[in-house]
Amino acid sequence: MLEVITEFFIQLADQHPRWNFIFFYDARQWNRIVSGFQYTVWLSVACLIFSVIIGVVGAWLQGAQNLLVRSLVQGYIQFFRNTPPFIQLLFFYFALGQFTPTITGDDGWTEIPLISSVGWAIISLSFFAGAFNVEIFRAGIEAVPESTVEAAESLGFSRLQTYSNVVLPLAFRVSLPALNNNLVNLVKTTTQAIGIAVPELLYQCVGIWNDFPSALYPTMLVLFVTFVCLVGLLVLAMGKWERVMKIPGYGV
Amino acid sequence: MKVKNYLITASAAAVLFSSAPVQATQCTNDTWNKVMSRGKVVVGVKADYKPWGFRNADGEIVGMEVDIAKLAAETMGVELELVAVQSSNRMQFLEQGKVDMSIATMSDRADRRKIVGITQPNHYTSGTNIMSPKALGFKSWEDLRGKNVCGKQGAFYNQIVTERYGVNVIAFTGNAEAKQALRDKKCVAWVYDDSSIGSDLASGNYDDFEMPLRSEDDNPWGIAVPLAERDCIFGNFMSGLTFNMHQTGVLIALENRWGIKATQYLVDKQAAYADWLAE
Repeated sequence: MLEVITEFFIQLADQHPRWNFIFFYDARQWNRIVSGFQYTVWLSVACLIFSVIIGVVGAWLQGAQNLLVRSLVQGYIQFFRNTPPFIQLLFFYFALGQFTPTITGDDGWTEIPLISSVGWAIISLSFFAGAFNVEIFRAGIEAVPESTVEAAESLGFSRLQTYSNVVLPLAFRVSLPALNNNLVNLVKTTTQAIGIAVPELLYQCVGIWNDFPSALYPTMLVLFVTFVCLVGLLVLAMGKWERVMKIPGYGV
Repeated sequence: MKVKNYLITASAAAVLFSSAPVQATQCTNDTWNKVMSRGKVVVGVKADYKPWGFRNADGEIVGMEVDIAKLAAETMGVELELVAVQSSNRMQFLEQGKVDMSIATMSDRADRRKIVGITQPNHYTSGTNIMSPKALGFKSWEDLRGKNVCGKQGAFYNQIVTERYGVNVIAFTGNAEAKQALRDKKCVAWVYDDSSIGSDLASGNYDDFEMPLRSEDDNPWGIAVPLAERDCIFGNFMSGLTFNMHQTGVLIALENRWGIKATQYLVDKQAAYADWLAE
């Protein structure tokens, strides 16, 4: 069966020079696609987790008593929300990258940075999406009725306890649809990591269609199909989560 | 067999989107006629490849290949519009009609000839080499095995050096990023065209660097017109122009003018195409 498919795509490439699905019969190109896909998934998952953590913590700090903390969070949001993610990526990798510690390589010349390009991509994209998440969670927190918070306080809850046991669980449910949107955007933004040579899916696909111009359309097809599937999966999971977390009687 | 037929039908629908390869039996000369009727030829050139195509202090695109484009436009008697292209999009721009012709440091490769109409003779040549710090003192390509080497997306030899010497090529989207990464010591070398590295070294900005290896895979460059018009007016015109530029020494003069190290290739071509009646 496998041979039939290989044979078919070789024949297809022969007859239609624009539709060379080279990765279906050349193991090396197939491995490039697979490794690119793994990087994309790894980038997406890591950024999803970190950006949600940043969002939750940031939204909590936004309600802090201390003015300095509040302005710091505000400054962070303004900076990361109002500048293009691609520029942030280049800035982190090329500018900040020069100030982070490095290990001198065996040859005595190269300086291997402790934070790799993948690391910078995760940091930069997490902070970017995190800035939006803070705002999303803030909206959710504001939707929690004041009386509920007062009730918690009257029971002797501390500020942290109120946040983690009462406000956040309710706010999270309100925030999920908006969070969903932002995380979808985040998954798509991972392709910008190509700018700092992170070998994710787009990087590998561009590489393949440069090496084999005849494989341009097929590799673009791979990109579209992969991202439709990845984002579809994410949306499905988020939808399921939303349903599971639903509290009967609570209006969200 | 049935599965096969189904797949072929499915792909046939997709193929409709693409321009099928045109047999050069009938010339419609679409692009050529379009150029003539609007009185302007749009040429794709590099804007980041000094001194073949780059931006001068005023932001204009100039260089050796730009001069070739100017000469072509002058000869055709039309105005010239330059469009900056990159290695990774120059063929697509030509295919989509965003440019009428591409003179963009493009190596003439068999698989590229299937996509665009690369005319003969070739107008230049370059090989693959590296720019590396003198401190590392590389002697042969084998020294690079397993090491991180910066490169640029779209260069055909990325794949060759990866497979032949086990080099780990980190390909950036632009030359600027790749060279910055080398200066930041994120890789031990930058793999690129020897001609371009030569002019970088001559610029005086890379005094601690050298081009230590023997150039490999010397590969002539090609001027490209739409594939359908390679054997028609447009392609034949560019072939003739290129031939004359070799024979009359225009290319050697241009190389000289832009301060490029003289290549044996142009000298050999001029000798090969010498006018047998010339004194």
